[in-house]
Amino acid sequence: MGKWTRRAFISAGVIAGGGLIVGVAIRPGQRAAELSKHVAGDGETLLHTWLKLDTNNVVTAIIPHAEMGQGVGTALAQMLADELDADWDLVKFEEAPALGGFANYPMGEAILLAGAEFPDFVLPTVEGALIRTAQALDLQITGGSLSVRTTGAYGMRVAGAAVKEMLKAAAAAAWQVPVDQVLAKDSQLFHEASGRIQPYSFFAEAAGEMMPPVSPILKSVDQFKIMGRHVERHDLPSKVDGTALFALDVRLPNMLYATVNRAPTFGGGIASVDETRTRAVDGVVDVVKLPSVEVSSMFGGFTYAESVAVVAKGYWSAKQGMDALRIEWRNTANDGVSSDTIFAQFDQDISSAFEREADVVRGDVAAAMVNADKVIEADYRVPFLAHTCMEPLNATAMVNNGHCEVWVGCQSPLSFRRSVADALGFDIENVTLHNCFMGGGFGRKSRPDYAIQAAQLAASLGRPVQLIWTREEDVRQDFYRPAVQSRFRAALASNGDITAWENTYVDKHEPYEAPLIPYSIGAQDIGHVRSPTHIPFGAWRSVSHSQQGFFTESFLDEVAVAAGQDPYQYRVERLQHLPRELAVLKKAAKEAQWHIPLAAGRGRGISLQSSFGSVVAEVVEVTVNNGNLSVDRVVAVIDAGFAISPDGMRAQIESGIIYGLSAAIHGEITIRNGAVVQSNFHDYPSVRMSEAPLIETHIINSGEPMGGAGEPGTPPIASALTNAIYNATGERIRQLPIKNAGFNV
Amino acid sequence: MIKNQTTLRESKMTAITVNGIEQKLQVDPATPLLWVLREQLELTGTKFGCGMAQCGACTVHVNGTAIRSCVTPLAAVAGQQITTIEGLAPSADEPHPLQKAWIDEQVPQCGYCQSGQLMSAAALLATNSSPSDDDINDAMSGNICRCGMYGRIRKAIKSAAGVQQFDPALAALAKEINHG
Repeated sequence: MGKWTRRAFISAGVIAGGGLIVGVAIRPGQRAAELSKHVAGDGETLLHTWLKLDTNNVVTAIIPHAEMGQGVGTALAQMLADELDADWDLVKFEEAPALGGFANYPMGEAILLAGAEFPDFVLPTVEGALIRTAQALDLQITGGSLSVRTTGAYGMRVAGAAVKEMLKAAAAAAWQVPVDQVLAKDSQLFHEASGRIQPYSFFAEAAGEMMPPVSPILKSVDQFKIMGRHVERHDLPSKVDGTALFALDVRLPNMLYATVNRAPTFGGGIASVDETRTRAVDGVVDVVKLPSVEVSSMFGGFTYAESVAVVAKGYWSAKQGMDALRIEWRNTANDGVSSDTIFAQFDQDISSAFEREADVVRGDVAAAMVNADKVIEADYRVPFLAHTCMEPLNATAMVNNGHCEVWVGCQSPLSFRRSVADALGFDIENVTLHNCFMGGGFGRKSRPDYAIQAAQLAASLGRPVQLIWTREEDVRQDFYRPAVQSRFRAALASNGDITAWENTYVDKHEPYEAPLIPYSIGAQDIGHVRSPTHIPFGAWRSVSHSQQGFFTESFLDEVAVAAGQDPYQYRVERLQHLPRELAVLKKAAKEAQWHIPLAAGRGRGISLQSSFGSVVAEVVEVTVNNGNLSVDRVVAVIDAGFAISPDGMRAQIESGIIYGLSAAIHGEITIRNGAVVQSNFHDYPSVRMSEAPLIETHIINSGEPMGGAGEPGTPPIASALTNAIYNATGERIRQLPIKNAGFNV
Repeated sequence: MIKNQTTLRESKMTAITVNGIEQKLQVDPATPLLWVLREQLELTGTKFGCGMAQCGACTVHVNGTAIRSCVTPLAAVAGQQITTIEGLAPSADEPHPLQKAWIDEQVPQCGYCQSGQLMSAAALLATNSSPSDDDINDAMSGNICRCGMYGRIRKAIKSAAGVQQFDPALAALAKEINHG
């Protein structure tokens, strides 16, 4: 290979304008031998950290991501198999073990080095440093809509391409022909002139002796055979016959069952426990107080408060025992906190600009406000939200002779393993973590508290314990999407043009760009004040984008209406400098037939939010009849650069929309006496079949650098919906959830 | 720490038939069927989601009717025929038409709610071979899918039922849109 730089690769995206796309080096040397013992079974050869081949010519992609519904294994295996020129029918995948050797260095590489330039000869050194860094950070995380665009682009494709080159070289050596005469297709190697043909597996051993190439050649889009094609997900057959193994389904000999309670007021603890009635419940084995645990991670430290567990021969006995337990909780400084006091605090901190910091300052906002024909002002609010994964938090653990085994569904297996080891005072080598399918994750299952509790119980009881949280505990001991208030002012000229945009919201979280707007508005001042609460913060599908997408796209709609202009056209006029966003917005309007007026009582709203590297626009159609709201239809358009797995991407958008609709319509965690009021699906409802709209998703493969799919469907939906309600009724909803605005859903 | 276990107060046997096999269980008959299935019988395809009949993850059939096993005491189903997701397919090589449709439409994401969804849908189709959208709403709105795969579930039910995907309500909607 000639000189190649990483910047060229990144800016080329997946659709290069001619020439080769070159993968990033694998790593210094061949580590497969050292890792093989962990993943290679009988007859399997590990050819690369992420790829093994068996004697039946079956390829297994080893996936350093957890399956929580998003179909990550299938999409990543498609990327690896395509570069390998494998026969898709001979491709499987499995999740990487929670071991340092399988730390996700390609993800770290994509995040940490994006844009950096390295010539070929230093890449092995850089890779080596990255592997060590990924291990040190316990980097094996699923989140941020990152898997395909980081692990896939930097790990799987490179692994597939590198192994193909190794196999071709092995065949060329065995056949004594030039390597460029060896062709790879459908998991077989050919030499046309001599008519020789062998399956990949024939050369697995010889290839395993080789060093992977530093810069394997990647395919251009016109060469893709499996990427971009509809394939069925491999994990689904087990999900329709009950055999898929979730952590809750683990069964161990002699296993006990447990459930836990923590102080309902965050930061609280246990004053006293009266176990008398609990001990009298049939099947109850023990009542165990679990000490608080401090966990440090790359995201900062957190103290998980102490809890009390009831352990029994069955879950039902444990639950009965818990219901019979009399616990006095300690008073805390937060006992007087409520949603009302929190929002009053937000209001005050925004008004006083408490420690305000700007995200963006451009032009002269103050002058534009003074010179405005009209100034529009509005305050928006969203409440705290829980995740309510379908599978309540649970984990199973067993401690024997100083070794702990944990079965859990989690988004961060390596850091969970370390947290369990730290909590028990074990060396990390003495903890084995088995990551199971997750029944939903949405950000909650990146926090290890439930796995730690299970391990503490197993250590205390000396028997395997399956800890199952009640749904009530799941709702009340979450890490919540924060409540936010956001205040806007806009300056309008007499011709309706918006000349200034001013926005102050409470508390900055990730991603940084969430509150920024794509529109060409000359003067902007977007910033945040600090207004901390004691409610534990958690990443919730799309993180800050879910609130900010509601705020900014609602307020822009208000501005367009105040200017007397069509909200779609108003956006179009201010996106001329961003062709990608403009194309997505226009396609959404076209597919939704924006230009055709709706009957009375019906309304249409549009919203655009770019997040996690993808651009998404959504158009919602509603019918409002005597206060009864029906969400009829959602048209979504996503440009994620290139859709590796188009049906998987559509499913993710559908999912993100329904998740966001549940929040927009129903979702509200309220705080009283410093604790969460809601407890289960009756008072923290989700959208159900009868409320679910028809969803149409359209994909644009623009060839821009790849973005994510798991989260970007969520941010636009709330504002598209409230904009549609405004369009139907003239009522502007500035506080979620919508159910509080007097609509029946 | 483990105390001596006294025998259960209610130690009498309860007989139920699960997926065609008779089971005699020495379990407190107040125990919800869900936990008997999952713990005593190790049929873990039926899931726990809420414990109060709000989410449908625990749906099984009792004599062909969909019920929420998380709130159904064992005593209430004594002597009855129970079908779980493990018993939905007619045989090991032949999936239920809904299971096939679920794959064709690529319905599941996380998959956790799908046993319950399939059992609710199967009970619907057993008594209604061509359900309308309203019928589907009525039968399926007790089952939450946090991954939000409702559109796919609806499509899969219709395809398994042999109902055309053409939907009169949507046709009316399209007409209305086109005519303002």
